Amino acid sequence: MTTSENVVEVRELRKTYGEMVAVDGVSFDLHRGETFALLGPNGAGKSTTIEILEGYRDRTSGDVRVLGADPQKGGLDWKARLGIVLQSTGEVGAVTVREQLAHFAALYPNPRDVDEVIAAVGLEQKAGSLIRKLSGGQRRRVDVAVGIIGRPELLFLDEPTTGFDPEARRSFWALVRQLQSEGTTILLTTHYLDEAAQLGDRAGVIAGGRLIDIAPIGQLGGADARIPIVRWREAREVREQRTDAPGAFVASLIDRLGPEPEALEVIRPSLEDVYLDLVGREHVDDLAQPETATEAAR
Amino acid sequence: MTTTRSATGAPSASPALGGGLARTLRLGGLRIAYEVRAYFRQGDTVFFTFLFPVVMLTIFSVSFSEASFGQTADGEDITAAWFFLPAMLAAGVLLSGLQNLAIDIAAEKSNGTLKRLAGSPLPIVSYFIGKIGQSLVTGILQAAVLLLLGFTVFQVPLPEDPANWGNFLWIFLFGVITSAILGIALSSVPRSGASATAVVIPITLVLQFISGVYLRFSDLPDWLQTFASVFPLKWMAQGMRSVFLPDELVVLEQNEAWDLPGIAIALAIWLVAGLILTRLTFRWIRKDQ
Repeated sequence: MTTSENVVEVRELRKTYGEMVAVDGVSFDLHRGETFALLGPNGAGKSTTIEILEGYRDRTSGDVRVLGADPQKGGLDWKARLGIVLQSTGEVGAVTVREQLAHFAALYPNPRDVDEVIAAVGLEQKAGSLIRKLSGGQRRRVDVAVGIIGRPELLFLDEPTTGFDPEARRSFWALVRQLQSEGTTILLTTHYLDEAAQLGDRAGVIAGGRLIDIAPIGQLGGADARIPIVRWREAREVREQRTDAPGAFVASLIDRLGPEPEALEVIRPSLEDVYLDLVGREHVDDLAQPETATEAAR
Repeated sequence: MTTTRSATGAPSASPALGGGLARTLRLGGLRIAYEVRAYFRQGDTVFFTFLFPVVMLTIFSVSFSEASFGQTADGEDITAAWFFLPAMLAAGVLLSGLQNLAIDIAAEKSNGTLKRLAGSPLPIVSYFIGKIGQSLVTGILQAAVLLLLGFTVFQVPLPEDPANWGNFLWIFLFGVITSAILGIALSSVPRSGASATAVVIPITLVLQFISGVYLRFSDLPDWLQTFASVFPLKWMAQGMRSVFLPDELVVLEQNEAWDLPGIAIALAIWLVAGLILTRLTFRWIRKDQ
């Protein structure tokens, strides 16, 4: 079912743990060379989904193809084409940054140069240090380095920049752009919406195990979600108006209320606003469900 | 970052791994170097696994320096150091293999190391080669330290007959490999890295007490000797005694025989059992937890 266009194909993916439904009928594709951001609150099913694609978890039902293979049966040749940056760093034994990267490089058929990768993640000064002696953010950079050392076709980045300072995050973005320019397909999960906006071509929003939206980053939430909002106070009441012509609308307000309408704002929703709006709606639905269930039980 | 092979280095151009067995062995060799280096940087394993038999030999040799553990045919007293050197060599085999790997791998399971490796193209057999190789390398160094200490400081007479050294070699190698495989099998028992020491050390400690490492095996009641014979350490200790103690002391053994074929059979059975258990229980990760 995989075409040369699609590096990842997910159809009606479901994962349940007993009664608990972690992933509930998720479908999406990753096109070759694109960066896809999977967004959603904690516990929404992002990591479960990504770990099923990585081969770490078995799905309950649905169909999944990653680089043409079923991840539950992926062999060593298949793994050699993946790069994985797990959500949790874990501990690393008593090895140095350079030893660890040289070791992992040896596992892959066509690895990147160890020193270049160390430089790319900005750890030149720490190359000879034991990994366990590094700070949390530095260890995270080692994770990223190990993830890309094998020159992966498909790179999984599960909350890669947690614990990074803003500068480290900027240089990480530069590294990802470099990988993108080399044609790497990337599946990214992140809690930082600016990161998703900076790096992602498309995004999917997952909440309560369901994919509630999937679109190019600039179109997430639908066109309506991005219509600017004009907000002002009138008769001691905050009012809002969504309009594609905020300038004209403000002019009409001025005509009506005088030259300086009270508390006037023109808001262009950011990705974060759109996302919170999407997830918030879903969250309200989720809250509504147990009540219905209790009522049904009565 | 610049890619040196950017023209052909498009990520889709990854060649197949190839190599099969050759690759598995080559990576196994790299794993051994990686594992041994990490081993000696861990202060606690170096002490509790590597130096422990050395410390115990020193304590026993010094504490019982006045005691005699029998006499040779020439009427020479067998010193505590002489008597306990083979026991500590056997203990070292058990610690370097079983205790070391059971704790080490349980920790790697819970700290994410195995998960990371599971996502890489490392063959599982290469990983095992690395672990067994680490046990062998550290076990050999440990035995060398014990022999050197016994010979130079405590003046233990070492065997002159090459046949004895031949026996030492196979008992040692067979023992370390069997212990290492059993350690890999046992590593799936602890539910976390933190509990691994609490699960594994009592097992190895009890085995050492009932198998003639710290207590003279001939002093144990018959039923306990028979019980200990179920486990491999008794046989390894017996084998080491056959190499290092004077032949006259064979009368202290069960059935008054060193029983080298019995040693080989016992180790072989445990090796096969360990391989089967490893095959059945070892997973890179416990899926769906």
